[in-house]
Amino acid sequence: MTALRALLVRDLRIALRIGGGAMMGVLFFLTVVTLMPFAIGPDLALLRRIGPAILWIGALLASLLALDRLFAADHDDGSLDLLLMGRAPVELAVAVKGLAHWIATGLPLVVAAPILGLFLNLEPAGLGAVVLTLLVGTPALTFTGLIGAALATALRRGGLLLPVLVLPLTVPVLIFGVAASNAAVVGPVPFGTPFTILCALTLTSLVVGPFAAGATLRHGME
Amino acid sequence: MAWIDLANPTRFLRLVDRALPWLTALTVFAFAYALNGAFGAPDDYQQGATVKIMFIHVPAAWLGMFCWGMMTISALGTLVFRHPLADVAAKAAVPLGAAFTFVCLVTGALWGRPMWGTYWVWDARLTSVLVMFVMYLGLIALWRTVEDPTRAGRAAAILTLVGALNLPIIKFSVDWWNTLHQPASVVRVDGPAIHPSILIPLLAMTLAFTLLFVALHLAAMRNEILRRRVRTLRLLQAQGARGA
Repeated sequence: MTALRALLVRDLRIALRIGGGAMMGVLFFLTVVTLMPFAIGPDLALLRRIGPAILWIGALLASLLALDRLFAADHDDGSLDLLLMGRAPVELAVAVKGLAHWIATGLPLVVAAPILGLFLNLEPAGLGAVVLTLLVGTPALTFTGLIGAALATALRRGGLLLPVLVLPLTVPVLIFGVAASNAAVVGPVPFGTPFTILCALTLTSLVVGPFAAGATLRHGME
Repeated sequence: MAWIDLANPTRFLRLVDRALPWLTALTVFAFAYALNGAFGAPDDYQQGATVKIMFIHVPAAWLGMFCWGMMTISALGTLVFRHPLADVAAKAAVPLGAAFTFVCLVTGALWGRPMWGTYWVWDARLTSVLVMFVMYLGLIALWRTVEDPTRAGRAAAILTLVGALNLPIIKFSVDWWNTLHQPASVVRVDGPAIHPSILIPLLAMTLAFTLLFVALHLAAMRNEILRRRVRTLRLLQAQGARGA
């Protein structure tokens, strides 16, 4: 347990340090949301209608940004080998790394979402719904992304391979995240229905992600 | 012949060489019968002759899914049983699955144009097939980024398994997504049940397509084994040249 806590603290410290890139995701998020009205037009009514979708797409892309370095950096300095040989199960170590990554990059997106939502003219109910769905949904994005991060490290390839592999897997999370946000504003279904399914998807990814990523690392590093 | 005997690539190659001509002949006969039935099938009273697109569209869709199922079994063979031919089977299957899914999408678009007035609608079924197609392409990209086949094989196996878990979830979510946004106005499945005069050619066509898939897959596996042998020989040659 102490080992896992030490790993969490270490990963957070590295992420917040200079060169860690924890805030890079939020900056990217802000940039994407700022660009959207230039493409769509400054029509506030339209922006309000598609605002949740814009925020979700921005968060989805931003959460993928730093993923390819998640295990690759550890692989470069050799600490990944220690994790793989350590007494703590690899799956748990991977899950802790995912948690640290989410705290460093996912949580800031959730915090930034209300401010960006104001740009998009979201009403308070919609704003709250988007923040809540992002809070529940971004862990699913991070933990699904763990699989891609592990693949990128095991294959020693980064770059575009990761998003190409991971993005199709995030379709359900995107669907129910945006659906729940919209349901809070326009209906017709109650907010709870898609939101509960979103929670279920997150819980599933919390289990599947670390196991698949752990297996990838174990097989890939032999 | 036990399952494990096939683990020897040489024995497998011999078996493929013996089986492939028969399989090809069988496929040709199946296609002859099925095409004959398909051309003889009556036109639909609403859709006219365009209903015949179905004879290609439905088998291609079936094989797109069948192929992922087969790759899942191969992935288990790679990760659990370490069967030496499992990742060969998986690798050979990916382009075939992608091709059949592509055929399904294209024929669907061509069928959609006269029937629905548009090449593409974001209908639940179309969308989930499209996502599956993208995932096939991702697998191809994965296979093409890594030179060492065994390492790529394990990574691809894990991705295939995750995809197999995810595809039903995607299918379900997309169904939900579409029913929320757009009630079934374009695509109606609750038409009359298919009449035997069309159903029998359709089943024959599906069988013929499946035979075609198996034949192509065996041939692709053979090519992949030979390709790996060539690769090993080249590596040895390069090593020898360096040593000399």
